Amino acid sequence: MSDLTSLTLKAALDGLSAKAFSAVELTSAHVAAVEKARALNAYILETPEKALAMAKASDARRATGEAGALEGVPLGVKDLFCTEGVRSTAGSKILGAFVPTYESTVTANLWRDGAVMLGKLNMDEFAMGSSNESSAWGAVVNPWRATDGNAPLTPGGSSGGSAAAVAAHLCLGATATDTGGSIRQPAAFTGTVGVKPTYGRCSRWGIVAFASSLDQAGPMARTVEDAAILLRSMAGHDVKDSTSLNVETPNFASYCGRSVKGLRVGVPKEYRVDGMPPEIDALWEQGIAWLRDAGCEIVEVSLPHTKYALPAYYIVAPAEASSNLARYDGMRYGLRVEGANLTETYENTRAKGFGAEVKRRILIGTYVLSAGYYDAYYLKALKVRRRIADDFDQAWEKVDALLTPTAPSAAFQLGDKSDDPVAMYLNDIFTVTVNLAGLPGMSVPAGVDAQGLPLGLQLIGRALDEGTLFSLGSALEKAADFRAKPRKWW
Amino acid sequence: MAIDVATVRKVARLARIAEPEERLAALASELTGILDWIEQLDEVDTDGVEPMTTSVAQALPMRDDVVTDGGSADRILANAPRRVGDFFVVPKVVE
Repeated sequence: MSDLTSLTLKAALDGLSAKAFSAVELTSAHVAAVEKARALNAYILETPEKALAMAKASDARRATGEAGALEGVPLGVKDLFCTEGVRSTAGSKILGAFVPTYESTVTANLWRDGAVMLGKLNMDEFAMGSSNESSAWGAVVNPWRATDGNAPLTPGGSSGGSAAAVAAHLCLGATATDTGGSIRQPAAFTGTVGVKPTYGRCSRWGIVAFASSLDQAGPMARTVEDAAILLRSMAGHDVKDSTSLNVETPNFASYCGRSVKGLRVGVPKEYRVDGMPPEIDALWEQGIAWLRDAGCEIVEVSLPHTKYALPAYYIVAPAEASSNLARYDGMRYGLRVEGANLTETYENTRAKGFGAEVKRRILIGTYVLSAGYYDAYYLKALKVRRRIADDFDQAWEKVDALLTPTAPSAAFQLGDKSDDPVAMYLNDIFTVTVNLAGLPGMSVPAGVDAQGLPLGLQLIGRALDEGTLFSLGSALEKAADFRAKPRKWW
Repeated sequence: MAIDVATVRKVARLARIAEPEERLAALASELTGILDWIEQLDEVDTDGVEPMTTSVAQALPMRDDVVTDGGSADRILANAPRRVGDFFVVPKVVE
């Protein structure tokens, strides 16, 4: 990789500001890196011409002294975000040729601040998956490989393209989304930083909907500070999303490096699950020791309904998905497969357009919402969801944040879990609680396992208290001094 | 609860997804597996618990009932599978 792709986002901003290089030079270096890394399948659409035009315009703005907060920074965009005039597929064949005539609010905010788009990043179809294998465009391959093997590993999902692109230096940062762990689990699998903000912090407008009460956009980057810089630009109130919070967006980066002395950090005992690799348990203990050394008070807490979060999620999310995805009927946009009559056209369109995992979730969602089962499944899950949120509320009486592992394993081999839906779902066991409660969460790379694969630690905070997470995240980052890089094979 | 082939057929119909007859048995077994796993929720005491539909503790915002957008037929029709003039062309609905 060339020098310019090895920079952090912050260092790139400093270099641009000092006129050490131009946005065109920075972007060109990344465009070249993207072209050479097609074996990763991270980008499903490269937009080099648009990137260079945006970089040129950025250089012109900077020359007149009008530099935005992300002026000239080349980024990748998860294909779930609608980008005006640029194909946006959500990883699905049903939107295989969809070219939005509007821009999502989050990406519009990034361009407002001067960022440059390198292209659209691969993902599990409609963000439903934990391995990227449900993408209609083929799985993303993790840039990381085990020290003693060459087997292709998953980058995690659903934001696997974002994670792989950040880890392989194919962008300075990326947008991602997280409905049950889709930012944090891929971040853990690729040695990157991923932040799922408080629900409502980032507008959902223009992001293809999966489960509307859980979906939230956030950044992926190589440092905690880079993620903080990105989130500040992405976030903000938007009248076009009725669940967007009308609150001030803090300067998240100013929280990085702050003292964490005296902060009370909870360790939830229910996150110690059977069958968890001892390395993950050891890393968690290490993380506890790091934060204690940094002056935090460590408190054991109980979140008794943790084990019910995943099954509740697999009612709530498919129910919302079955409703949201009803719009793909082949009439106004997207794929249409004609049948003998209207109903057959709907059925053929959706049979051809959706992949197996999406169909499976639509069927589950339709079933749990259908007459006779609504109370037993859907209403029950909403009540369990409340109990999970109440667990956190009780924890906040004792602590300021929580520390847990991000995922129950390191990156696994592509194909390993694709035949067992429930085994795949268990990837999100530590992340999904946060979505149900609407809280912010962050994954920070903290070490590697015996195979040299990255492992992440998760921080969970109070609603709208991302600031504390950035302080604790940068403390962990400093203590872990995570410098491992994937060996370049692509 | 075990889901049988007839239930899968019915749910697929409700969801407007054409599932070939030979897929139904496999789907029934997959969905049964998932729902069996989900049924551990029955262990949770939820008596008197208010269902939680959102994590946002704010009232739905109101706005004036005025037209804020429009006149963009071309943008709306830009991705239409079939169009004639300013209309989507859809299969015949009424015989």
